Amino acid sequence: MTTAERYYVPHGSHWPIVGTFGMMTLVIGLANLFNGHDWGIYLAYVGVAAILFMLWGWFGDQIHESLKGLYSKQVDVSYRMGMTWFIFSEVMFFAAFFGALFYTREYSIPWLGGEGAGAWTNFILWNGYEATWPSNGPAGIGGDFETIPAWGVPFLNTLILLTSGLTITLAHWAVKKQKQLQQVVWLAATVALGAIFLYFQAHEYMEAYNELNLTLSSGIYGSTFFMLTGFHGLHVTLGTIMLIVITFRAAKGHFTPENHFAFEAVAWYWHFVDVVWLGLFIFVYVL
Amino acid sequence: MSSVAHAEGHDHKPEGFLDRWLFTTNHKDIGTLYLVFSLTMFIIGGAMAMVIRAELFMPGMQLVDPAFFNQMTTMHALIMVFGAVMPAFVGLANWMIPMMVGAPDMALPRMNNWSFWILPFAFTMLLSTLFMDGGAPAAGWTLYPPLVLQGGNSFAFAIFAVHLLGISSIMGAINIIATILNMRAPGMNLLNMPLFVWTWLITAFLLIAVMPVLAGGVTMLLTDKFFGTSFFNAAGGGDPVMYQHIFWFFGHPEVYIMILPAFGVVSEILPTFSRKPLFGYTSMVYASASIAFLSFIVWSHHMFTVGMPLGGELFFMYATMVIAVPTGVKIFNWVATMWKGAMTFETPMLFAVGFVIMFTIGGFSGLMLAIAPADFQYHDTYFVVAHFHYVLVTGAVYAIMAGVYYWLPKWTGHMYDERLGKIHFWWSTIAVNVLFFPQHFLGLAGMPRRIPDYSVQFAEFNMISSIGGFAFGLAQIFFVYIVWKTVKGGKPAEARAWEGAKGLEWTVPSPAPHHTFETPPEIKPDMIAHPSNAH
Amino acid sequence: MKNLKMMAALGLLLASTGAWAEYGLNMTPGVTEFSQIAYGLHMKILWICVAIGVLVFGVMIYSMIAHRKSKGAQPAQFSHSTTAEIVWTIIPILILVYMAYPATKALITMEAPRDKADLIVKVTGFQWRWRYDYLNEDVSFISSLDAESNRVRQLKSGEDPSQVKDYLLNVDHPLVLPVGKQVKFLLTADDVIHSWWVPALGWKRDAIPGFVNEAWTKIEKPGIYRGQCAELCGRDHGFMPIVIKAVTPEEFEAWVAEQKKSAVAGRVQPIADQS
Ligand code: HEA
Ligand code: HEA
Ligand code: CUA
Ligand SMILES: [Cu+2]
Repeated sequence: MTTAERYYVPHGSHWPIVGTFGMMTLVIGLANLFNGHDWGIYLAYVGVAAILFMLWGWFGDQIHESLKGLYSKQVDVSYRMGMTWFIFSEVMFFAAFFGALFYTREYSIPWLGGEGAGAWTNFILWNGYEATWPSNGPAGIGGDFETIPAWGVPFLNTLILLTSGLTITLAHWAVKKQKQLQQVVWLAATVALGAIFLYFQAHEYMEAYNELNLTLSSGIYGSTFFMLTGFHGLHVTLGTIMLIVITFRAAKGHFTPENHFAFEAVAWYWHFVDVVWLGLFIFVYVL
Repeated sequence: MSSVAHAEGHDHKPEGFLDRWLFTTNHKDIGTLYLVFSLTMFIIGGAMAMVIRAELFMPGMQLVDPAFFNQMTTMHALIMVFGAVMPAFVGLANWMIPMMVGAPDMALPRMNNWSFWILPFAFTMLLSTLFMDGGAPAAGWTLYPPLVLQGGNSFAFAIFAVHLLGISSIMGAINIIATILNMRAPGMNLLNMPLFVWTWLITAFLLIAVMPVLAGGVTMLLTDKFFGTSFFNAAGGGDPVMYQHIFWFFGHPEVYIMILPAFGVVSEILPTFSRKPLFGYTSMVYASASIAFLSFIVWSHHMFTVGMPLGGELFFMYATMVIAVPTGVKIFNWVATMWKGAMTFETPMLFAVGFVIMFTIGGFSGLMLAIAPADFQYHDTYFVVAHFHYVLVTGAVYAIMAGVYYWLPKWTGHMYDERLGKIHFWWSTIAVNVLFFPQHFLGLAGMPRRIPDYSVQFAEFNMISSIGGFAFGLAQIFFVYIVWKTVKGGKPAEARAWEGAKGLEWTVPSPAPHHTFETPPEIKPDMIAHPSNAH
Repeated sequence: MKNLKMMAALGLLLASTGAWAEYGLNMTPGVTEFSQIAYGLHMKILWICVAIGVLVFGVMIYSMIAHRKSKGAQPAQFSHSTTAEIVWTIIPILILVYMAYPATKALITMEAPRDKADLIVKVTGFQWRWRYDYLNEDVSFISSLDAESNRVRQLKSGEDPSQVKDYLLNVDHPLVLPVGKQVKFLLTADDVIHSWWVPALGWKRDAIPGFVNEAWTKIEKPGIYRGQCAELCGRDHGFMPIVIKAVTPEEFEAWVAEQKKSAVAGRVQPIADQS
């Protein structure tokens, strides 16, 4: 039996404990920061650094093992399943925030406005409040604000992400056809599109804060808007970093038509980020 | 087909303490870590329950101030749920699933280590909140806003602890799914798998589906408190009740996360000691899947009194009631498994039988709670407390104990002391009923839950309950002693430690070698615990 | 055998709940239509569950006695019966339908909007008292734990709660309501969620900040009815009882008139910290 036909069980690893240390430092730092201790942020930085170190080392080990041919098909399948279910968990994370958006739009805002079961709520507590969307609630938390029109930059961003879905697929074909230069080019294009998307989003946020008075504390609209687009943006950022790594690995010729799970994992992740954006575009911006 | 390749191609336990435990990738060592951790948390959470019961021993405030009482209730539940019961089942899964499906190890061994090691740190952080200004979180394990937002310094730590536990659970669940779906020895078809494996497969799916939702919900709490968002604030257009929807969308599946693996354990034990195949294997699988499916659409039965529209209350009432059907199927299958068997009652069997009876009692009270108009009375009383301790303590915890006694010989290579085990069972069972049965009466008579002091009319039953509680607590110290003694020594266990035991795990020596199934075993029909095709 | 005894004891305990009601073992029928509905449903479901329990545990216990190895039992090898599976799927469904029918009726009765309200009381929960506003009468007051209970309930007060009348279930200003009248409650809260519960009325309903919940009652018998906040609301959640004094409509009118006269005293006073 050659090594690659056997299931590779690594013999101990100190990366998980490094990761745990990083996570703990990060959250302890953040919690202290939130509680008003400015030094917390430095602890959080240490945490992030430790996590990055862990990712570097852990993935490094795996790349090394993969290149040594230690991974059998079966190991590959384990990784695929792991990634699939991880993405599913991310879907559910976003579902919570989409759920919050639907709930407030369908129930709490109308009730506060006196519809359905809310007649007394409106009459006694929030007399004069009319249920509309966007809304920052009956108390107008955060003051008057304007929203970002869907068909401007957000639409452009939609096109950008869709295009990036295309470019990464082209890169995948290139992997399958063993065209290394094409791989790198298309991956680089995907990275660029991701970066442009992020640039536009950052720009949009600045505009929202500086000109539209649309902030995280603009009532429920601001809350759902920034939490949904913000977590999405975070995922795009992570995705872009992963893409950059993959691009370098492609340049080093790590991927063969048979063995390129890391590439696929990133591609799946990117598509997932893409699909979430479509949901956002429709439910946050358009409707 | 496949077998294990080791980095250095050898097969002995790592030498140093840190190498063996901190950096481990071995499913058995990680399983042990989980189980030891869980037991520790059970004792800490139990000690908090003892504080609760001691304060409630008599009317009047004798021991702790009300704020601290609330911290005890909150921490007791968080620790028991996330620290004791869930990790215990993950520990059992780690130990048993690879052995039951003929796998060399878990599918993702390094991540397995990570899933575990997050827990002790996260719980240390959670426990440390007890010593912070303003104390530990005190808004109940459900962390309802706006109350929870009044929390002091502990708030952010508690939220982050929940995040970390979520991450740990999700990684653990991913690992279990990948192991079950990808690592089975050839010939171990899905419908040949032991039920423990099946129930865990379904549980893992539930975990991945709902833990992120909880993470999202508590993230909203965090931003509501620190970043001015208005998710749960009506003035800004949000709704405190929305948090409850999010929480219970997680919370209800969560309670089945704690019971499905228990069903699995019991489905392993009853056939063994009845010396008879499990009755209705396939229907057991379908019933478990139905329970999991239904668990997603019943969450609002925890919220009948928030003022939902009538349609919603009816829907959630019906959906909840329906769960009695697949659960009933399981109960009936277990009874049919015992029927016309040749039963013996070693400790695992006693706990399993105790489970079936007392879980059913808890199920019945659950069904009563599901009747919305009656729940308007039951809700937030000790009737609910009685319900969930029957399903959790005499349900989940009993199944864990049954599993521990059942597999302890396989883990340690020693038989536990049967006489002590039996004493433990009877002592626990009498005590636990003295502890929780009277709580039904208290609830029906009108005692709300989460109160540190009560009107004198509730005095008698509270005292009885507290006495039962102390007795039950002592019995668990005894349990720790029994397990310790077995680890240290005892009658050597055979590979097939129980006469009627079927399944792959009983084909390997006791104690199981550090690495089982270096090469995938050849599955013969008599190795399969529940041959589903035996029509 | 031990199991058998345990079950018998359990059965007995349950069977006698009705008779033991006075000793605080069971739900009380209460004094409103709703509370009687809830009580009726509760008893019905309880008995059905007891019956199923006796059956299931009976079979189990018989089996555990008869089919033990020590008695020389030989294990049968059957593992499957489609008929049995169908039977024990269908029968529970039928039982559930039988339960769901009255439950649905009850829920519809309890949640149906009423066309007329003789009296509207706004109930506001806050940490840790209740405020009552009689909307059409211009009467409002705050109701908090009575002073004696409050003194005795302090940590290590060293006093004996059983010496206090209605320990923890008494307030300074009870909510006065007329019997036989349709009373509408509008429930809300100022800070955190509370829940307004008087068992004798048959329901509890959450008081949620920023929202108003509606509830109804029509009390049939004059009397004093006690309840408590039923949603964890912070440190003194256990110490915000509710007392209703249900009186005849005439007495009620007189009470209202008196309240209006001493309007100043009846007005809401600033909230002093209570602890
Ligand atoms: C392991 C955990 C577990 C399990 C398995 C269950 C099982 C069930 N639970 Fe429970 N529940 C909890 C843990 C659990 N619960 C917890 C922790 C809480 C409180 C949370 C909090 O507020 O802090 C809670 C609260 C809770 C409530 C809310 C009460 C309230 O706050 O007002 C309700 C209401 O519907 C409910 C219902 C049910 C039902 C219908 C089942 C069913 O699954 C039970 C089904 C089983 C049977 C019915 C018995 C066997 C069946 C037969 C023998 C067949 C024939 C029977 C019939 C036809 C009747 N539960
Ligand atoms: C799996 C979950 C689980 C488990 C195992 C338990 C186990 C126990 N629980 Fe708990 N409980 C919950 C989950 C659980 N509980 C939840 C979810 C709540 C709701 C919280 C909320 O309202 O937010 C709750 C709430 C709750 C309450 C209501 C509190 C209130 O409303 O204010 C009470 C009161 O009696 C209680 C008691 C107990 C007792 C006596 C045990 C016993 O079984 C514990 C036995 C174990 C030990 C005692 C440990 C071993 C021994 C020692 C530590 C040595 C010391 C011993 C002595 C001094 C005798 N629990
Ligand atoms: Cu108010 Cu509890
Ligand atoms: Cu539930």
